[in-house]
Amino acid sequence: MMLRLILAALIAFWPTQGFAQTALPKLVTDVSQREINIQSRFTGETLTLFGAIIYPRGVIPEGDVDVAVVLRGPTEPVTVREKQRVAGIWINVDSIDFRSAPTYYAIASSRPLDKIVDAKTAAIYELGLNRLQLSPTGEIDSAELGRFRTGFVDLNRRDGLYEEAPGTVAMTDQVLWRARLAIPSSVVEGDYVAETLLIRNGRVIVANDNVTVTIRKTGFERFITLLAQNYSLFYGAMAVMISLLLGWIAGMAFNRL
Amino acid sequence: MALGLEAGRHSRGVQGKGDTARAMEIYLPIAGLSVNVLVIILLGAAVGMLSGMFGVGGGFLTTPLLIFYGIPPMVAAASASTQVTGASVSGVFAHMKRGGVDFHMGAVLVVGGFIGTLFGAVLFELLEAWGQIDTVISILYVVMLGSIGGMMMRESLTAVLASREGKPLPPAKRRHHPLVANLPLRWRFYRSGLYISPIAPLLLGFVTGILTMLLGVGGGFIMVPAMLYILGMSANVVVGTSLFQILFVTMSSTMVHSLTTKAVDIVLAVFLLIGSVTGAQIGARLAQRMKPEYLRLFLAGVVLLVAIRMALGLGWRPDEIYTVQLL
Repeated sequence: MMLRLILAALIAFWPTQGFAQTALPKLVTDVSQREINIQSRFTGETLTLFGAIIYPRGVIPEGDVDVAVVLRGPTEPVTVREKQRVAGIWINVDSIDFRSAPTYYAIASSRPLDKIVDAKTAAIYELGLNRLQLSPTGEIDSAELGRFRTGFVDLNRRDGLYEEAPGTVAMTDQVLWRARLAIPSSVVEGDYVAETLLIRNGRVIVANDNVTVTIRKTGFERFITLLAQNYSLFYGAMAVMISLLLGWIAGMAFNRL
Repeated sequence: MALGLEAGRHSRGVQGKGDTARAMEIYLPIAGLSVNVLVIILLGAAVGMLSGMFGVGGGFLTTPLLIFYGIPPMVAAASASTQVTGASVSGVFAHMKRGGVDFHMGAVLVVGGFIGTLFGAVLFELLEAWGQIDTVISILYVVMLGSIGGMMMRESLTAVLASREGKPLPPAKRRHHPLVANLPLRWRFYRSGLYISPIAPLLLGFVTGILTMLLGVGGGFIMVPAMLYILGMSANVVVGTSLFQILFVTMSSTMVHSLTTKAVDIVLAVFLLIGSVTGAQIGARLAQRMKPEYLRLFLAGVVLLVAIRMALGLGWRPDEIYTVQLL
């Protein structure tokens, strides 16, 4: 009797409990624009990233659910130089190479990052400007590295290329979410990957990075860039001809006046 | 100058732009950012007016102003040299008409200039790899603009004072520097009224060629005093010949930049040109109404201002301690 009861209980509860553990909420994500074309009128763009959380069997769990959205541009190897005062003038003294510095990085979250994730999770998922993996090369002591990191991140932040926007993911009924991220005109071309993370109790439950935004020059801007890169001789000659022509026309026009 | 600084601050706050400011924005494909067209045209016009008034290319103003505005230094230098080409064309024609160009001397200067731009390109790359290109550019500006501005200031002040007191200055004796006289191999430059070694103008062309490449300047502000006081050329061919040399050397520097740094932004250059070619014509007309010594005093003031601003920039704690360079 007892055994049968236990068995019945096991049969009754096992699958559902197991189901609850394996069936994770699903993240549906999208973005206002999958393609950004850089043309002569391009002054930057604001992207709206949005989506919904589909809970298993539609049951919204109790407690807080948080969403963080990261938009990341292509990475580039860079040299960061630091100016110091030498003999009264400021000149570049130290430098560090970063092998993989993102050209663009913006993170929006529904609450401040340190309130929703622990340090380890934040480090794993590179959440926040102070956790970017820049891959410095060479032997550098940590104090120096910290200084360069801070300087580099701060420079990009003020240029609008790096952004950390806590509390800007708007959530509706713990199901719908929406975030706006600004892209300045000085972005580089490439594929920008948007990663959305569903966070609960300090841990990332689901992550989804299947939204990609392609930024590229089109039309005239693309033509000029390709010309300058691949047909430099022709491009240079064209620049010279245009300036000669404009100067000559102006001279002629004013002589008539 | 104030315009450029103002705009530089403005461009940082991309979010805070009004609708009218945004309507004037245009994207520069090579510089890779958007700028206000009106600011660029006005900047070109201001520089063009100066170049029309004084017969200098005006590159020494364009490059720093563009950098203040937020254009990457290399793009600023490369595109400014393209602009100087356009700004000097009509001047060269005007001087040719009245026989104010010594083509023989000009050719020697241009050959020196070509070699100089090639050498300058190598220097540019070395300095960039070393990470000291900004500092070298700033120091070059301070030293050159400071000394030439100072010299011009002293000379024009004496002239102004003399004309106020009604005492004409004794005409300056025209003669070349003793070092020039000692060089071997002499050629006759008829229009310049000189019998000197071609090595001197060749070296002068070479030096300005390097400066054109590094600073995006035509070099007129060095060329003119050097022709007068070092070579001792006759004054009526100095400006025309200097413009002639500037025309060819900036053309060469545009080509070299296009081939090596690939930093010539044709859109930026066109808008600068639209401003500067018109400004140059207005400046040339204004110059005819002004007394030459006051004109020189004014130019000396502008040159010294730029030099002082650059010097302060070196000594003050810069806004940006960190700079980023792509590998």
